[in-house]
Amino acid sequence: MEWLAANAVTMVNGLALGAVLFIVAIGLSLVFGTMDVLNLAHGSIALIGAYVGVAVLGGGASSALSYAAVLIAAMIGLLAGVLLAVLTSSVTDHLRQAMLTLGVSMIVADLLILIFGADVKAVPPPPALAGTIPFLFGAPYPVYRLVMIGVGIVIGIGLWLVLEKTQIGAIVRATVADRAMVEAIGVRTRLVLAGVFGGGAALAAVGGLIAAPLLGAQPGNDNLILLYALVIVVIGGLGSFRGAAVGALLVGQVQTVGVSLLAGYASFLMFAVMAAVLLIKPAGLLPGKHGHAGGH
Amino acid sequence: MKVGSDVAEQTGESAAVGPPGSTSDARRSRRWLGLALAVVALAVLASMPFWMAPYPITLMSRILAFALLVVSVDLLTGYTGLPTLGQVAYFGAGAYTAGLIGIHVTNNAFVQLVAGTLVAAILALITGAVAVRTKGFVFLMVTLAIAELAHKQAETMGLLGGSNGLSGIPAIAIVPGGQPLRLAGLIYFWVLFVFVLGVVLSLTLVHSPLGRSMRGIRDGEARMRAIGRRTYLVKLVAYTFAGSLAGMAGTAWVAQARFVSPGDMAFSLAAIALLSVVFGGAGTIWGPIVAAAIVIVIRDYVGTLADGRGGTILGVVFVLAVFFLPRGIAGLRRRNRAVAAAPVAGEESR
Repeated sequence: MEWLAANAVTMVNGLALGAVLFIVAIGLSLVFGTMDVLNLAHGSIALIGAYVGVAVLGGGASSALSYAAVLIAAMIGLLAGVLLAVLTSSVTDHLRQAMLTLGVSMIVADLLILIFGADVKAVPPPPALAGTIPFLFGAPYPVYRLVMIGVGIVIGIGLWLVLEKTQIGAIVRATVADRAMVEAIGVRTRLVLAGVFGGGAALAAVGGLIAAPLLGAQPGNDNLILLYALVIVVIGGLGSFRGAAVGALLVGQVQTVGVSLLAGYASFLMFAVMAAVLLIKPAGLLPGKHGHAGGH
Repeated sequence: MKVGSDVAEQTGESAAVGPPGSTSDARRSRRWLGLALAVVALAVLASMPFWMAPYPITLMSRILAFALLVVSVDLLTGYTGLPTLGQVAYFGAGAYTAGLIGIHVTNNAFVQLVAGTLVAAILALITGAVAVRTKGFVFLMVTLAIAELAHKQAETMGLLGGSNGLSGIPAIAIVPGGQPLRLAGLIYFWVLFVFVLGVVLSLTLVHSPLGRSMRGIRDGEARMRAIGRRTYLVKLVAYTFAGSLAGMAGTAWVAQARFVSPGDMAFSLAAIALLSVVFGGAGTIWGPIVAAAIVIVIRDYVGTLADGRGGTILGVVFVLAVFFLPRGIAGLRRRNRAVAAAPVAGEESR
């Protein structure tokens, strides 16, 4: 109980980090699951989201501007995703996909430095959420982080409902299972795939924006977020919805509680955990129904 | 990972048993042409210090060391079908070993080369024993973990200078007790020696029966196992060899830079090393070497000329290469030859 009291705040911090990482990682996982494309520009899209926050909220945040930032980030993410879907549609070889998406991410990283400079930019949370409230054992806790957890849960449940309970979700799942058959019953699978790519990228951009008050906006964060997302989807199982959630929760806790408990080994923990999981369960903890993780 | 499908045919040349007569004549003359080209390239490389300024020569040294790292990635990615981001770990191990020996023991270049290669080989053997149990995307992520863990280790270890890196490495000397090499041109000759040694060893490997087994694993591991090959052992040997080669490259890098830092094991370096293999044409040796040269020239030279926009130019080159060079730089030669050789029976791709 004493341990719990001492670490409760750290654990909630971990939940907040896990929630935004889930929002980013789920897009990577869905795109891989449906299109068999490993989008290594995913971290760049999240960083674009963070810089949308800089551009819109840098001069002073208000509630209206915060909503606008979320909308703009989602729109830019959607466009970027559709563009990437078009670019990758004719590239089936995984190594060439890697070259294409990493090439795009190098261009984006350079352009962002050109526009916003190379120094760290802070992004303020919406003013209504900027304060603290007494929480767990009475200690003040930032409201914004609790909201992050809430947003993560809402997006997770909403996405699960869309994928499992609606016709759109059924078409997406069917496209994963048997693309030719879905095409044969008259569905334009190219549109489905572009939609999934766009949706996943929009989530990444919004996730990057929401994470920005925590992580800041700076060059190099694109690779950082990409590595987080890769570790999460690999731990959970590529293409698996529940896997991404479990992976994000695990990485969130490892990066907060684990780091505070084992300070000396902080930087090793995440990759050590990933290596351990992969060597015990190569397909991830909760592999998707049509698991791709075994390699081709 | 669909690595095999695209590279399978590029190396078919050495594996295919063609009909006798004109085809084998053509192949033999092609082999002589390749050898002649290699000799000419080597002569040009060796002559460079005599007509180049010190800065371009330093750039050339960097290119050769990086190219050797890229070849080591290619041996796994292109020849064995194991896409890797982990070779920078062994590159760094070789570089740090050479640097430490230079500071604390001797500035003899041969000692540094052997020690750096051995340390990298031992590390590759230990980590490879676990890593090669996986394949495809999982292998890629395990090697990424190896590289990141090595990177973090270098950042935290006091002996290695932490995140500041290892500086004050003395200039190498070739003969024991001899003059340290300070001129960029002389160091370049040493780097060229290590490069040629590494490339010759790699060519020997890929043309050996072991190299054929590696390609067999890439194209169909289950079949290799079915005909009684111990694929785990082949992969482990290939992994250890590639790790040693990366270590050699690391010692050459340090001989030239006389500085090594955790940045030399970073994800960004691992990524451009892997992309250089794809850009050059996975499963050939010369293609990735040419690609490595282009990548370093853009990153370190054109980038500074173009006001630090090296990342953009490199990114554009990679994106264009995906669409216009489907088989990489090496595919250019293949296409020309395919046109020329089209009428010959039995030569068309299987």
